[in-house]
Parts: sequence; structure tokens; C-alpha cells
Amino acid sequence: MEHYYQPEIECAPYEEIRKIQSEKLVKQVKHVWDNVPYYRKKMEEKGVTPEDIKSVDDLHKLPFLSKADLREAYPYGLLGKPLKDCVRIQSTSGTTGKRVVAFYTQHDIDLWEDCCARAIVAAGGTNEDVCQVSYGYGLFTGGPGLNGGSHKVGCLTIPTSSGNTDRQIMFIKDLNATILCCTPSYAAYLGERMQEMGYGPDDIPLKAGIFGAEAWSQEMRESIEKTMGIKAFDIYGLTELSGPGVAFECSAQSGMHINEDHFIAEIIDPDTEEVLPEGSQGELVFTAVDKEAFPMIRYRTRDICRLTREKCSCGRTHVKMAKPMGRSDDMLIIRGVNVFPSQIETVLLNNGYAANYQIVVDRVNNTDTLDVQVEMTPEMFTDNLGEVEDRQKKLVEGLKSMLGIKAKVSLLAPKSITRSEGKAVRVIDKRKI
Amino acid sequence: MSVQQISVFLENKPGTLKKMTGVLASHGIDMRATSLAETKDFGIARLIVDDVLSAVSTLKENDFVASLTPVLAIEIPDEAGGLDKLLDKFTDESVNIEYMYAFPGGRNTDRAVMIFRVADTKAAEARLTGAGVKVLTQEEISDI
Repeated sequence: MEHYYQPEIECAPYEEIRKIQSEKLVKQVKHVWDNVPYYRKKMEEKGVTPEDIKSVDDLHKLPFLSKADLREAYPYGLLGKPLKDCVRIQSTSGTTGKRVVAFYTQHDIDLWEDCCARAIVAAGGTNEDVCQVSYGYGLFTGGPGLNGGSHKVGCLTIPTSSGNTDRQIMFIKDLNATILCCTPSYAAYLGERMQEMGYGPDDIPLKAGIFGAEAWSQEMRESIEKTMGIKAFDIYGLTELSGPGVAFECSAQSGMHINEDHFIAEIIDPDTEEVLPEGSQGELVFTAVDKEAFPMIRYRTRDICRLTREKCSCGRTHVKMAKPMGRSDDMLIIRGVNVFPSQIETVLLNNGYAANYQIVVDRVNNTDTLDVQVEMTPEMFTDNLGEVEDRQKKLVEGLKSMLGIKAKVSLLAPKSITRSEGKAVRVIDKRKI
Repeated sequence: MSVQQISVFLENKPGTLKKMTGVLASHGIDMRATSLAETKDFGIARLIVDDVLSAVSTLKENDFVASLTPVLAIEIPDEAGGLDKLLDKFTDESVNIEYMYAFPGGRNTDRAVMIFRVADTKAAEARLTGAGVKVLTQEEISDI
């Protein structure tokens, strides 16, 4: 039987959700107009006032916010509440430019943790479960978010944070952890280490994993599920919007339900900024209608994906987002062709290699080069030189048909690529443009 | 009785072979014979050692990918025509050779040992033995 953390809202009819969204949006726009001069100025420039926003149908009239706005308004420019009402900040890793610093009131923390709790219950979690949170704790939202959600569900929470892999496995085994929360690349590493220690799926008490904060492929999901004997669920979020739990996967494992009572989703054409009809692929835009301290309106995520309102077998009514191919920041343009690391990962896993890979992009004689480096595994190795070469060639062909461009494949020694305990570094771009 | 050859994947960059020999040396493993096969991207080191089990586990512990391949070890006199005479038997018995390498016969300085990789080791061994060829065992290799 399917369980829900907040069934009335998670399974509410669409009309009711829209009504809630409209009420909250009207209130939120008023709040932002009164308290966030930066956004008010944007509205004025566009000739919009709070009176123009009467329901969700008017959402498209509002100006967008982008990462550039966050940079410009850093640190306090988008704050919607006095600092004395704020209780927490979280921050991004800041790998692409300036860090984002997001503020939370206690109300904001509560709704964020509710969202994470919904994700844990959707993954099968109850107060009987032992939930090990191996996301980093600290400024990164992964640890604190799932930690809070796990408390709300009533799981016994093991706050291991990331790192110290052998100790992670010791806790999983000794304390019978049933749910694991971490990045998918760290889950893969934990699985690899478990195998090395001689643990098969039956030796591991875990039943579910909630993995997010980076793009991962369906093939990687299957590989992790097999190694640990679990069901692996995707979770989505951004620090700008709270953290993990903006959307989460249910038992159907076919896309993530967006918590629509808190976040209104739109899909736009990233170039024209036009709102696209349902089912179109485009850039995901969110309006956080409940957040007080950091009230993002029409925030452009740079994630490319598709939304669907098809009836879900789990009974939840909230719109589902397909797994994003990756943040548009992660997208590489190689010889004019868009390449997502997750596509390369799909080809590698389909060809029998493990998800231990690195993508090196360079420019030689004014031409972009793509070098996919993957580690040799015992399964893919044979004494027959020709056969190893054939498998390498098959990989080159698979990449060519997936990406449309030719890539070089380099076979590396095992363990030569550094294992990630958080977000994996997949791409090394040496081009000086 | 065929002999177990260890095949090791080597990434094509300076120092990888040395890392392998270093690992084997520090565990006191004595190599009887080695051969290197390479493409422009990677290589495979083929080893005949005194202690196969300990060599394989040592390599795995040190993050090498290694596999075992059965090969035939045959002793021949270290003299002109020694190999040629042996290959007569291979031809007579229609045994196809995938690759081959040699090492000197240790204490018997007038002997050499040839290592052969063939498609069907068992069948080839039966036919060659039937034709009077002496195929060395793992123990005999370890004792050299």
C-alpha cells in the first residue's frame, strides 16, 4: 500500500491545488512587492503591480529571476524578512561563480523539511525505519534537508554526513539502516566498496535509497539497485528554492512529483523566455509561493526537462518532472553539439562499464576534442587483446550514435579516477575560450 | 596439465609497468616469464609466476585488473632448430597458436621453456601429449 506524509495535499484534485497556488501566489507577490525592493524594481520595470496578479493564470506577467540576479543582489538583496526573523542560511558549493546564500525563517525550514519527509515516505519510509543521511552536513542543503525530513517521519536518523566510507558501511550493517540518502555517485562508490568487502545485496539491510543533487542515468540507478538490493529514488531541489525535496520520486519511479502546493513549475523556451505548453521540453522555472525569507519568483533553474500531468499509479496528483538531463551549466558544447555527461554515462553503463568515468574536453588545432576516460573492470577485461579493442570500438560507436560526434575512449586502470563523496566531478574542460 | 598465466591490464602511461613489478616484488613473487602485448592505448602484461594465487590477490588488492588464462608450457632444447622441431608436432596435430613467448630453462641452461596460448587448451594438450610432447605442470614451472 502506498503511504503519504501529507495525503490531503499530496493527493488533492488538480483544481484544488490550483486554487491553493493562486491564493498563495497573490499573497506572495504582495509580500515581495512590500519587502524586496530588488524584485519590486523589476516588476515596476515590467509595468506589473500586485493588483495584476489575481491567480496562477497571471504568473507569466511577472519578471524572471536568474542566477545573475542572485549574484547582483548578494548577500541581502533578495531577503524578504528582517534578519531577526531568519534562523538559518544554507549555501551552494559555488563551483560556478559566486556562492548562493539562501535564508530561512523557521516557517521556511518547516516547509522544506515537510517536502523531504514526503520524499522519504514516498520511498517507503516510516517511523520503523533507520535512515542514514550520508549527504554532506553544513552549508550544503543535502544533509540538513534530509535530516529534518527523516526526523519528521520519525525515522531513527544516523547523521553520518559524507566521507569515511568504511565507517558508513559499518553503521549501515551494525545499526540496520534501511534507507540511505546521498548523492548517486557516492551511492555507487559505497556499493563498490561493499562489494570489495564481500557484501552481497542480501548482506545489506538497506531497502531504499534517496539519491539526488546531481544528474544520474537510469542505467546507474539499475546498477546501484542491483549492487545494494534496494530501490533507488531520485530527489530534486535547489538551494535557491530551499534544497532537496522540491520534487521527489514515488513508487512508480517514473519522474518526480513537484511539491506544487509550495512550488509552481513552468517550462519556458530558454531563448525566447516564452512559456511552453504542457509536455514540451524546456527550461524549468519555479515560483516558491510559501517561502518568507528567500521568496524566489519565476526563478530560472537552467535545468532542461519536461513536465507531465498523466495520472500516476501512486495516487499523488502533483505534476511530475522528468529526470533533467543535467543543469544547462553542465551541458558541454563540443564542436557545436550539445552534450550532457549523463548521456555519456548511459552509453558506458549500457556497454558494461561502471560509472567511474571522466570526460576531458580540449581544443587541439581549433577543433574540440572529447576524451571519455573510463576505468577497466574485471568484467570487461580479457587476455584477448583484440576483444578488449573490439569492446573499446563498440563504445566509440555507441557514443557516436548517442551524441552525434566522435569521441575518443581511454581505458584507465581501476581506481585511477578519484571517488566522490559528494557531487562527482565528471568534466574536465581544458579549452581556453 | 596446463599452466595458469596471469594477464594484467596496463594503462598506457609511464610508470604503470613499474608499479606492477613493484607490487609483485614487495610480496616476494618471482616471475618465471613475462610478455607484453600492446595497442596504442593500453597493454596487457602476461606473467608466469611461482605463486599464482598470491600474485593474483596481491594485484587485486593493489587495484590491478588481472585474469587467469590457461597456457601450455613446453620445454625444448636451447639449440638451433629446437622450436622448429616442436612446431612440427603442432602442425601435424593442427594446433593453432594465438601467441607464444619463451623463457630460458632456469638451472638447465641448455633448455628453454616455450609458453603457448591456443584456443582449446585441453584438446591441444591431449593431442600434443599423444604425439610425445612433454607438457609441463604448474608444479614443474614453480620449481624451475
